[in-house]
Amino acid sequence: MSTMINMVRSLAAVAALAMATPAMAAGAKIEIDYQQWSFAGPFGYYDRGQLQRGFKVYRENCSACHGLKFVAFRNLAEEGGPSFSEDQAKAIAAEYTVVDGPDDFGDMFDRPAILADRFPSPFPNEQAARAANNGAYPPDFSLLAKARAAQRGFPGFVFDIFTQYQENGPDYIYSLLTGYVEDPEGIEVPEGQYYNHSFLAGQFISMAPPLYDEAVEYTDGTPMTVDNYARDVAAFMMWAAEPHLEQRKKIGFRVMVFLIFFAGLLYFTKKKLWRNVEH
Amino acid sequence: MAGHSNYVPQSAAAKWLESRLPVISLVRGSFVDFPTPKNLNYWWTFGGILFFVLIAQILTGIVLVMHYTPNTLLAFGSVEHIMRDVNFGWLLRYLHSNGASMFFIAVYIHIFRGLYYGSYKAPREISWILGVIIFLIMMGTAFMGYVLPWGQMSFWGATVITNLFSAIPLVGESIVTWLWGGFAVDNPTLNRFFSLHYLLPFMIFGVVILHVWAFHTTGNNNPTGVQPKTKQDTLPFHPYYTVKDLFAIVVFMIFFCWFAFYLPNYLGHADNYIEANPLVTPAHIVPEWYFLPFYAILRAVPDKLGGVVLMFGAIAVLFILPWLDTSKVRSGKYRPLFKQFFWIFAVTCVALGYLGAMPAEGIYVTLSRIFTAYYFAHFLLVLPLLGFLEKPRPLPASISEAVLKGGSGMPAGATSAPETK
Repeated sequence: MSTMINMVRSLAAVAALAMATPAMAAGAKIEIDYQQWSFAGPFGYYDRGQLQRGFKVYRENCSACHGLKFVAFRNLAEEGGPSFSEDQAKAIAAEYTVVDGPDDFGDMFDRPAILADRFPSPFPNEQAARAANNGAYPPDFSLLAKARAAQRGFPGFVFDIFTQYQENGPDYIYSLLTGYVEDPEGIEVPEGQYYNHSFLAGQFISMAPPLYDEAVEYTDGTPMTVDNYARDVAAFMMWAAEPHLEQRKKIGFRVMVFLIFFAGLLYFTKKKLWRNVEH
Repeated sequence: MAGHSNYVPQSAAAKWLESRLPVISLVRGSFVDFPTPKNLNYWWTFGGILFFVLIAQILTGIVLVMHYTPNTLLAFGSVEHIMRDVNFGWLLRYLHSNGASMFFIAVYIHIFRGLYYGSYKAPREISWILGVIIFLIMMGTAFMGYVLPWGQMSFWGATVITNLFSAIPLVGESIVTWLWGGFAVDNPTLNRFFSLHYLLPFMIFGVVILHVWAFHTTGNNNPTGVQPKTKQDTLPFHPYYTVKDLFAIVVFMIFFCWFAFYLPNYLGHADNYIEANPLVTPAHIVPEWYFLPFYAILRAVPDKLGGVVLMFGAIAVLFILPWLDTSKVRSGKYRPLFKQFFWIFAVTCVALGYLGAMPAEGIYVTLSRIFTAYYFAHFLLVLPLLGFLEKPRPLPASISEAVLKGGSGMPAGATSAPETK
């Protein structure tokens, strides 16, 4: 057994070596306000209400500038997501206009979106987006919750292996949205930019503070605060980036139970087989 | 290999086959009846684990290719299509991307096991060299595989690594253009990397067969480093090692699945979820974790060509390792001084890995230079000298004797001539 323990220990050591990557995302020191997420940990799941609220925040507050190009309207009604009914998802789709065609005369035409369509992007291309946003490019939201990570540093990244910390993205997004603090003294904020103590790419961000208390109407009694909006939209973005997270964790647990049980059986099989061998 | 088979064909059909193509006795001789030292510890299971990971990578890879599109305009989206729309596509991709890391974790353990127990020494030099070749092909495969999702790190990693070849005098620039198939990393580069990424694993598979063939000809090394002398020293591979290896593989799968299901993006880089953009350079271009020690060596040298030479030299030195180590004793177990240097070397490699992830500035550069120097000194100075300076502990007369003494290796009869194999 001691060889086994040694092996596990060594594997852990090697895993610790495997650090580097997520930890070294950026050099700058930024403020991260870590949150409790329902989708963290081995039994993580998305809070349906939170995803629906987050989607509302996205649609009413963010979608004018930020796209969601890899998400299809049908996804809104799929298992493991915001769980809108199919009719609700159809109604949401119908509010968007997509370009289709060419028709029989060779012309492109606009039509209301259907479930099979993906979210149309607010700008036809990057240049148009930059022109409309003072030179800044509002990133697409489909993968943002996986495409952003603050540096974890040593020894945090080692513990992350054991705590299964994978919520760098939503924690960063929440921190950024609530990170518009007062300009510190002695710092000159450039024209058209805003001071944000959680921004990865420097302290000045081109996006104006996007959320205000009471900006989006919540109908389920959740307090309508920037804090809640930020958390809900971050959770929604995590779902948009990782729509099969619930299925992954559920299957993962079953796989783990099976493997541990199977390993136990094999261990005793091996022990019995080797019982008369001096080794 | 077939020489170890106890197989006697019984049925008429089996006899017919055996006299024409003795494939059954070949397999029996190699993986059933094959006499294996009975004292192999769990570090020896990593060979089987690696074989499992290779097969897993090939199988998940083949299915991923059915859904992937190797085109700079479509690649990133096709990976997202796999993640979102393909049934269990997320599982295939996470198993494959984490499988690459698992492959390297297992191969590094496997290599260090060989280093500690002297598995590279006569008569297993060829097996060792084939192993280093596998390691090299693996690195190429992993590098090209990382380019395929066409994220920011894919693109910029490919740009940095291919640019290394421009350090070659005179023909460097032409070689880089030739590698790219153009004047920058672009669609032709992606296409050839995709083609090679599909080809190389099968080459690995082929070299693995040679690797196994070689040490099945010499017999396995074992923790004592003493060759098996009698039948008492060995066990048939099946069922003893098939069951033991299977147990180890399943334990390794638990570790693997911990990452694939619960930490699927832990070993990756967030920037690779941003589509490649030749006009925007990421703040830090960092290779995958398994390349970091070599990356640290590359950056430790102020001269580009020098850095490239040392980086490749760090692997090249492994090819001549069997002739650099002058000690007649194989196993580190009986080499008190070597043992200490071995651990210093292990720490050196981990430190280089850490430094490879740090920015190339200030104290990190100084430390990288010190550890790089030790990396090479270990092979070029320490190992050649130790053979003359070190007084090894007495070797056991046989594996069985070592086992009976609890593996302590202090048998009375073997004190006089530790070199005798």
